[in-house]
This record gives sequence, structure tokens and C-alpha cells, in this order.
Amino acid sequence: MALLQIAEPGMTTAPHQHRLAVGIDLGTTNSLVATVRSGLAVVLDDESGHSLLPSVVRYCASGDVEVGYAAQAAQNSDPHNAIASVKRFMGRGIADIDDVASLPYHFVDAPGMVQLKTAAGVKSPVEVSAEILKVLRQRAEAAMGGELVGAVITVPAYFDDAQRQATKDAAQLAGLNVLRLLNEPTAAAIAYGLDNASEGVYAVYDLGGGTFDISILKLSRGVFEVLSTNGDSALGGDDFDQRIFCWMLEQGRFAPLSAGDMRMLLTKARNAKEALTEHTDVRVTAVLSTGEMMDATLTQAVFNAMTAGLVNKTLAPTRKALRDAGLSVDEIKGVVMVGGSTRMPCIRHAVAGLFKQTPLTNLDPDKVVALGAAMQADVLAGNRAGDDWLLLDVIPLSLGLETMGGLTEKVIPRNTTIPTARAQEFTTFKDGQTAMSVHVLQGERELASDCRSLARFELRGIPPMVAGAARIRVTFQVDADGLLSVAAREQSSGVEASVQVKPSYGLADDDITRMLKDAFTYAKDDMYTRALNEQIVDAQGLIAATRAAMTEDAALLDEAETAAIEASIAALENLMAGTDHKAIKRGIEALNAATTVFAQRRMDQNVRRAMAGQKLETFG
Amino acid sequence: MDLSQNHFELFGLPQSYALDRDMLDTAYRELQNTVHPDRFAAQPEAEQRVAMQWATQVNEAYQTLKHPVNRGVYLLKLQGIDAFDANNTKMAPAFLMQQMEWRETIEDARAAKNASALDALSDDLRATHRQIETHLAELVDTAHDFAAASEAVRQLRFMDKLIAEVGDVYEELES
Repeated sequence: MALLQIAEPGMTTAPHQHRLAVGIDLGTTNSLVATVRSGLAVVLDDESGHSLLPSVVRYCASGDVEVGYAAQAAQNSDPHNAIASVKRFMGRGIADIDDVASLPYHFVDAPGMVQLKTAAGVKSPVEVSAEILKVLRQRAEAAMGGELVGAVITVPAYFDDAQRQATKDAAQLAGLNVLRLLNEPTAAAIAYGLDNASEGVYAVYDLGGGTFDISILKLSRGVFEVLSTNGDSALGGDDFDQRIFCWMLEQGRFAPLSAGDMRMLLTKARNAKEALTEHTDVRVTAVLSTGEMMDATLTQAVFNAMTAGLVNKTLAPTRKALRDAGLSVDEIKGVVMVGGSTRMPCIRHAVAGLFKQTPLTNLDPDKVVALGAAMQADVLAGNRAGDDWLLLDVIPLSLGLETMGGLTEKVIPRNTTIPTARAQEFTTFKDGQTAMSVHVLQGERELASDCRSLARFELRGIPPMVAGAARIRVTFQVDADGLLSVAAREQSSGVEASVQVKPSYGLADDDITRMLKDAFTYAKDDMYTRALNEQIVDAQGLIAATRAAMTEDAALLDEAETAAIEASIAALENLMAGTDHKAIKRGIEALNAATTVFAQRRMDQNVRRAMAGQKLETFG
Repeated sequence: MDLSQNHFELFGLPQSYALDRDMLDTAYRELQNTVHPDRFAAQPEAEQRVAMQWATQVNEAYQTLKHPVNRGVYLLKLQGIDAFDANNTKMAPAFLMQQMEWRETIEDARAAKNASALDALSDDLRATHRQIETHLAELVDTAHDFAAASEAVRQLRFMDKLIAEVGDVYEELES
């Protein structure tokens, strides 16, 4: 049982209050939640002592939703409504999913993202993922005894913008404040690197249930710099199960399977795969609902032969990541194995062969990502001084635009460190052209149709000019979550258009709002009180931080500037006395605007100090 | 943000093509440690926005100086010269001949699926790349011959393209 802390009377924990934050590994097969307690990252268990939550969600006709072991147990009996491996469908259309035919779900081909028909209605993968996140959130709040400030959610490094956006939407739907989307191999590197105080260049090989990532990182004096990343967002342990499943079909020569039998055989396939981690052969038996039977022995040699192609599919991206980083295998100091699928001997053997060294497996490959995410959440929640370590991550796939002839023009190449911004100029094709369509793409291929379409928008109102005379500057900005926004501006007229990249594959904000309304059963008053409280807490925090900054750096402001900020603070305090949460929000925005120049000057000062220290260090 | 500061000044480095990579890396890490948005995650939004702008700028500056072609282009731009001006495409015939030979070598290796030939070619290309870099440093830093430097920058970009093509063939052979 968790012990509750009681403060001494008259003392508050206010100034250095520990802000509750968690790291969540939202996995294809299993999900976990972890946090930092007394400086140590720990995975939070459920009340039965399980740390893993199977990523299975079952929608019952009664309207009940089961998540985890109960849903997993119902997979054979209720295959259409117990959804497993939903991560594979995040941000994906039906055409993107290779094995639709061998999955027991009722897919609905919706514009943008595929949906699933269940006993409780049609569900988007975002909603299914949100159910998993809700359970983890409740688990964390129960264990930690309070409401969470926020969460770091991990995503495969090779997830594209649509998949990242879908993940962020799911978190929002689960009522989580996303502190950061963090790449899984990078999270593992934090947990691993800090544990071992390592320096040098490391490879993180992450094979999960449904995704594969390889990241090459340089660890140096607390900075984790990702040099390159690659992978396959549709390759994982599930594919190995699928190979055994096919072998079982050959052995049993079954008539076409029912969905329940299919699910049962897939479960047997996975058990066989896991048994082969420890044993050189395994006996596989099954009796179908039709009375058909199979009984055969699968040896590790046969298993290795039938999965050799899958293993190779991980090695090609690995070599590519090394080339992108400009490194040879001799320069890699260590290889960290992450993800349950790296337990397979064939994987360990292949990785050891490629890197000419034994991979590192001393941290639990199922937990290391969640632990790293928890450590980063602790930093982002402001619980540490913040100078312990720094992550510098990259975008996994190039971002670009469609140009004439359906070709891709890359604007930001893959493996560019984020945050980043890049602008490129384009011009008109026809005389008198007054509009331009901007089609945002992600991928490495030359043809726009081979890349993922992220968004389309139009820039209208370009003054008529001869072809080639207009100068349209398109700016891409990728934030620290790896999410993109795009703006276009005609230089001579100043006409502008911009998008937060979302529509083609993510959910529109309206959808999220609707789902939030559906999901929360709060009475209207409760919603209002909650919103008001949140705004007041934010406002208090902002005023305190602003006052602290003004005390610290009074010299950076003249009298008039100080007075202007004081006036904004007073105005906000005035609003806080009322009950209009929207007005308070506007007051917060006004105070933020009023302190922008001050924030810039403070940063300039920080930089000058840092670089002055730098010179002393270099020459001292 | 001091926009009049050029990338070299930002990192406290001398404005030259020759580069002390350790000094650049150390200064980059130091700057990102100071300005990165993660350092301001619990701070007011105004400070987060400034951090984002700075971190973006520092990344851009680092990428520019780190990359041999980009650094050359940037130094020439500071001299008012566009290395890739469409009216200035001069290239020594001997260099172009060598390019054609290398391209044939790549094609032969692809046809014969010969990975060790690619390895040898990679080593050659990288060695030539380094030679051009050394030459470029002399042209920019000592001789101040910016016309010749522009040509060397264009040569470097040719080399980068070849190295990328070799990478594509590796990928083809591996799949």
C-alpha cells in the first residue's frame, strides 16, 4: 500500500513541490507506465502486481470496455471485438496494412485512418489507443495519489508525422497532458546511458511487437545526440508469429479458418516462438473448433530458416543508419537491445554478427523504454535542476513538397536535428496564376505518389504576374516532438497561409472535441470547475515565474517596461478573482505576450554567460 | 537573438574553412544546453517560444558549419559569392573525366553485385573528398581565391552525390 505524505502543520510543500509526471511506453503488444520516485525510475504495477498491460482492448455489446489481460483472454472467443496490436493501424489507411486478410477484425475504410467495427460501434485506432492510455493514467494516479501534470509518451523513432500526430491525439483523448513525444530508442538510451555513465557512440536496436527502429547515438558529457535513425514501422514480433502461423497451416492442411480458430492459432504461434527462446525445439499442437487437428515439432533451425528474411529486413536499415551517420561498425562502442523480440536467439546472433560484438542485454528489454521516458518526464515536469542531461533527436524521414510533374522536393532531409526550420522559395507556373496548392509530403522517394501525404493547403490571392515572377516562400518548422507545421507566404504581396499538419491522416480538432465529449461523463458544472481550476493554477504559476524572473534580472528592464509587465500581472490577478476561465486564459496569453522581449533578453544573457564560460574552459 | 552575429561568431570560432571539430561540437553542446526548449519546459510560454527559436537557430548554424559543402557555401556567401550561381558552372575537365570513371565503377559494381569493389571505391571517394577539403581550406583561408574556392565547393558537392549513389547501390545489394 502506498503511504500518503503528510506535511508538518504550517509548512507547505509549495516552492519545490514534486510534480507528478510519468513515462508511458505505448507498445504494440504491451504497454507500461513508469515514474521517478526518490530519484529512481520505477515501473508502476497494477493491483495484481503486473507491470505489463497487454495492449488489447475489448468492446463489449453492453458498452463495457475491457483493457489488458481480460481483453487478451477473450481474444479467441471474441476475436472481432478484442482488438490487439492497434498501434499498427495508427495513422494508417487500409491500403497500408499488408495482412488485412489474415486479421480477424472488421476494418472500415475511412478517409485518412482505417477504422474498426466493434460491438460498441465503429472505433478509430486513436480511440482504441486512448483506452489503453486511460488505464495507465488511472494506474499511475492511484499509485502516486494525485493528478498527473503530464506524461512523456514514447513512439517508434521511425513513426512518420501522421503516426505521431495520431499518438498525441490518443493521449489528449485519454486526458493526458503530453510533455513530449519521445523516440523509443532514445528513451532506452537515457535509461541505459545514465545507468552505465557511458560515453561514445552506441547503436540502439529496438525490435518490438510491431515496429523496428535502429538509432545511432553519440553520448558525450550528458548530451544524447542522435546521429541517425532508420527502421520499419511495420515489422516486429507479430511478423515472426505470422510465419509460424503459416507453418502451422501447412502442417495441419486446414479448411478455411473461423476468426476464433485463427486467433487461437496465432496465440499458439506466439507461445511456440517464445518457447524457442529457451529450447531448441517445441511441440506444437492444436485442435480447431471443426475438430481438425495438428501435432508437429518446430525446431529452432526450421524457425530460423523461415524467419531469415525478416531478420535481414532489420539489418538493411541498420547498415543504412550507419552510413547516414558516416560510421563503420568498428566505431560503435556498444549495441543496446530493446524490445521483447530481441530475446530471440536468431536476432541476437544476427546483431552480434553485424556489429562484431555481443549486444548489451543487461536491462530488461520490455521495461527500458518506459524507464527512460519516466526520467525524461521528470526533467520536463521541472522536478530537476535540468542540467543533468540533454536530448538532441532527429526526424526519421525527409519532409518535402510536391512540385510540377508529381515530383518530391525535399525541404528538410532525414536525420536533421530537431527543432528545426527550413524555408524554400517556389514560383508560379502560369502567367496570371493567383493561387498555389501546397502538398506536404514525407518520405525518401522521388515520386510524390510514393511518399506519405501529410497535408494539402492553398495559398490564394497571389497578385497576377508573369509565370516565374512570384516568389513564394514555404517554411517548414518541426518542433521538439517531431511534429511539423508549414507556412507559405508570397514575398511581394505578403499573402500568407499556414497549416498545423494534421488533416490527411490525423483527426481534425472537431473530432477530438466530439470524442472528448463522448468520453467524459462529467456533468457540465464539473467540466466548468475543472477548466477554471486549471486556468487559475496556470495563471498562478505564470505570475510566480514572471515575478521570479523580474527579481533575478531587474537590470534587463527599464522602468516603463517593468510597469507594463506589472500592469499585465495586475490585470491577470483581477481576472483570477472572477470565474470566467476563458478570460483568465486570455489574461495568461496577454502576460506571455508582454514578457516576450524580456524572455529574449534573458536568453541572450544566458547565452553570453554560457559562451563566456566556454572560452575560459577551452583556454584554461 | 543577435541576428547580426554570424554562425562562426555564435560558436566563438574563427571565421575560416579549416575547422576545429572538437571546439565546434563542444560549443554546440554548451549552447544547446543553455537554449534547448527542454530547459524551459516548466517555464512560461514566452520563454519556451524564445528557446524554440534559439534551438532552431543553433541547430541550423551547427549543421551549416559541420557539413563541408555547406560551410564552404556559407563562407563564400559571407564574401558575397554564390557558389552555385547558375552562370558560374566552371569545372576542370580532368575532374569531370574522373567523375565519369567513378560512375562507371559504380555501374560495374552494381551489375556484378560486387560489394568489395564498392568498399574500395568508397575509400577512394572519401580520400578525394578530404583532399578537396584541404585544398579548399588553403583557397579560402590563405590564398583568398574565392573563384577557385567556388569551384572546389562544387566539386565537393559532386563527391557527395557520388557517395550517396554508392550508398544507394549498397542498399540495392542488401535488399
